[in-house]
Amino acid sequence: MIAGFLLHLCLLLLFAPLLQGVITKTKALFAGRIGAPLLQPYYDLRRLWGKGFVLSRTTTWVFLAGPAVALSVPVLASLLLPFGGLPAPISFEGDLILFVYLFGLGRFFTALAALDTGSSFEGMGAAREVTFSCLAEPTILFSLIVLARISGGLSLNSLFGSHLAEAWGTGAAAPLGLILVCLFVVLLVENSRIPFDDPNTHLELTMIHEVMVLDHSGPALGMILYGASLKLMVLGALLVRLAFPWQTGHVLGDALLFLCGLLVLAVLIGVVESTMARLRLVRIPQILIGTVLISIFALVLVLRTT
Amino acid sequence: MAIGLFMTGVLLILASGFPGLLMPRESERGEQIFVVLMVLGSLCGVLGTLLSLPQDGNAVLNLSWSLPGAAFSLVIDPLSAVFLFPLFLVAPLGAIYGLGYWPQRDHPNNGRQLRLFYGVIGAAMVLLLCARNGLLFLFAWEAMALSGFFLITTEDNRSEARRAGLIYLAATHTGTLALFALFALIEGISGSFTFPPAASLAAGGAASAVFFLGLFGFGMKAGLMPLHIWLPGAHAAAPSHASALLSGVMIKTGIYGLVRLTSFYAAIPPSWGIIVLALGAISGILGVALAIAQHDIKRLLAYHSVENIGIITLGLGIALIGRSDQQPMLVLLGISGALLHTVNHGLFKSLLFYGAGAVIHATGSRQIDGIGGLLRRMKWTGICFLGGAVAICGLPPFNGFVSEWLIYQGALRSLQGSVSASQLALLAAPALALIGGLALACFVKVFGLVFLGEPRQEAAARAHPAPAAMRLPMLVLLLACAWIGLFPWSVAPLLQRAATVWSPSLAPLTLAAPLASLPMIGLLAWSLLLLIAVVWFWIARRSCKAPRDAATWGCGYVASTPRMQYTASSFGDFIVGLFRVGLRTERHGEPVAGPFPKPSSFSSHTPDAVLDGALLPAAGGIAWLCDRLRRFIQNGHTSFYLLYVALTLIVLFALIP
Repeated sequence: MIAGFLLHLCLLLLFAPLLQGVITKTKALFAGRIGAPLLQPYYDLRRLWGKGFVLSRTTTWVFLAGPAVALSVPVLASLLLPFGGLPAPISFEGDLILFVYLFGLGRFFTALAALDTGSSFEGMGAAREVTFSCLAEPTILFSLIVLARISGGLSLNSLFGSHLAEAWGTGAAAPLGLILVCLFVVLLVENSRIPFDDPNTHLELTMIHEVMVLDHSGPALGMILYGASLKLMVLGALLVRLAFPWQTGHVLGDALLFLCGLLVLAVLIGVVESTMARLRLVRIPQILIGTVLISIFALVLVLRTT
Repeated sequence: MAIGLFMTGVLLILASGFPGLLMPRESERGEQIFVVLMVLGSLCGVLGTLLSLPQDGNAVLNLSWSLPGAAFSLVIDPLSAVFLFPLFLVAPLGAIYGLGYWPQRDHPNNGRQLRLFYGVIGAAMVLLLCARNGLLFLFAWEAMALSGFFLITTEDNRSEARRAGLIYLAATHTGTLALFALFALIEGISGSFTFPPAASLAAGGAASAVFFLGLFGFGMKAGLMPLHIWLPGAHAAAPSHASALLSGVMIKTGIYGLVRLTSFYAAIPPSWGIIVLALGAISGILGVALAIAQHDIKRLLAYHSVENIGIITLGLGIALIGRSDQQPMLVLLGISGALLHTVNHGLFKSLLFYGAGAVIHATGSRQIDGIGGLLRRMKWTGICFLGGAVAICGLPPFNGFVSEWLIYQGALRSLQGSVSASQLALLAAPALALIGGLALACFVKVFGLVFLGEPRQEAAARAHPAPAAMRLPMLVLLLACAWIGLFPWSVAPLLQRAATVWSPSLAPLTLAAPLASLPMIGLLAWSLLLLIAVVWFWIARRSCKAPRDAATWGCGYVASTPRMQYTASSFGDFIVGLFRVGLRTERHGEPVAGPFPKPSSFSSHTPDAVLDGALLPAAGGIAWLCDRLRRFIQNGHTSFYLLYVALTLIVLFALIP
């Protein structure tokens, strides 16, 4: 129990920034550049750690609560989620709802921290962020319902249990494939990735998440970046488990398999980012509503076939 | 003993406003006596309820009443207790809050009236929640409805309040009409006006008529969409602590009526649950969408009441579906989620109305667009409001999450049965997710625009902190919200007993199993709170030496003013646009065009879809028709009038043999 707990946290806290590095490297290779070193996100975090703060005189304590919540939430959420073959350290009936709502709390405080600066630019980002995520939430719920139907349980541990490997061979394969697509779209939206958002630009009118953290600096910015990479890893773990449900039966083997899966996912995100253009803002709600419909279709399929 | 204490409490609450009538207009003695009586009465009431809970069926009062068919019979059972506890907490807190918010010296004309009816409505609600006789129930119901009218029209010099009061009066009496028919039907079935015991009526015969009358009458009071027409205006017009009582407690009597009514039936037809579930989803989603479109903070909170009633109804719908499908897990989770959310909504909605009242008290404005930056001037109000906002969005670690979690569980458990009607309960889960996401957007807007940023107008810049009498009730409610979020298992026993009262078939079930995860929720809520506190404390310590002389980064533009901040219209515009089919938002202002644009402005306004969009035009049409008819009949020609007399005589001769 304690060992599993520590292993979970170590995997999360140590390897999360690496995924960002892999994505950047993939994009650089696609663009024909050498690109920043793989460990650049770690260097960035260390550099930000040592810096001072620049705080707007408009801001209050809420401004710093945003990064604190954004960092705490993925850490706690990761404890509810199995990492590949490694079971979740904390598991109980209905923990999937807590998992979804924890990220809601993170969004709430990130958006408030943005509004705390009084900048209309950041207000715009906050308004967009909360709009898109409330469209993404029904998709997550429908996908979780499909998984709950296939597994028969109500905890994330049983939802993402070893039965998934067999389920891919049965009639449940089609709905599983559909929700895999849906969850990938949600992953891109929630982690502000192209084609929905661009994590690299700060001064584009089309962007959403990055504009909310414009005024953060120094360690606060570091916490936000670190929190974002933790979130990418936690949500990525959902997809990896869904797509590669096989496990070796050995703890270290499972951990390695899981990390390999995450690296493949990071490369995939890099490929998507390199080959697609950013969508127009008005298209994003349409795509999200389309994803909701696909997940409803998956639910209907799974209710009919199993 | 218990019932004696309880009745003392009711009488004290009832009498609390009367001594003030005998005092001179300027005297502050009246309001002090009012608060003391209210607090004492509520203490007696809580003690009476607590003492009567362990002894099943002992806390009974039966007095005869000379009215035919009526009896003064009260029973305090766990189901009533769930509704009584928030009432006994919110009513005295509102009285204390009133000392700062509506002091007699500032409101010599209507302060005494407000306190009188505040006491009467409190006592009427207590009677209603325990009444076991149909006529006593209707008597208390009418007393509550009428005192509600006087609370709403406290400021009867304002036309807005008079209009809201009239709409409320029409709506509540339409609902009462349905209840008269309902109790007459029940009397026809069971033979007396005494409430039948739980699960004693058969489903056939007039059962559906009774249910739909109840759904209409109680739904009107609860504010279920599309019967919510009276609610936004009424809650906006009443003084804030009266709004808190109306929204936090009074509309729940509608939920209580529905819950009590459905407990009478032994078997529930599947259609009932599905209809209740659908109404809940509609109320929830459209309620919160309308809330986002509002710019008046109290109207916005009022629409959130519609939303939360929708969530409660979703839970009730799941429980009803579970009963018609014989799935006790669904019944237990659905009804306990609905009941807990009723309590929770009473706590956090009152907290938010108190917070809104403090904002109005400090700035004199209800318009979100005119405020801003209040967190630095009103620290405690801001913290309490933030806690209430987190709770109402259903986010951990506060109480809203616990009740929504129970309802989610109920919805997801329906998966484990075979494919049947019960799986419609599944749809409650994505509906709740959408409601939760929209509520989050709405409260980011409210808290962000009211308390953060720079003050948009002069009044907001000169805002003063709320007096202690207003801060104390907010803090108490915040602690109550946190209590249920951090110690959720402490409410489980009461919920289980209330669920068993509602559906006695739950009794043989081992009730602990589905609620066993509550301690885990509490544990995780604690770790979340501690983790955030530690990280925040660390970063706050680290940044305390940072200079605070920089302006917000304006992307190179240095002359930014507070008026350039995002407004309520602009924040909500994206979401409101997605719901434009249902909302019919009116947009005012012209787009900026040309190389030398003229000054331009933009504002948006969302009328109520049912009241302003359908009912008032329909009523206008009927009035126009009647007017035409009257002009046709009374056309001023004497010969026509003689013709009417002749026709009437002929008809009478033909009718009378």
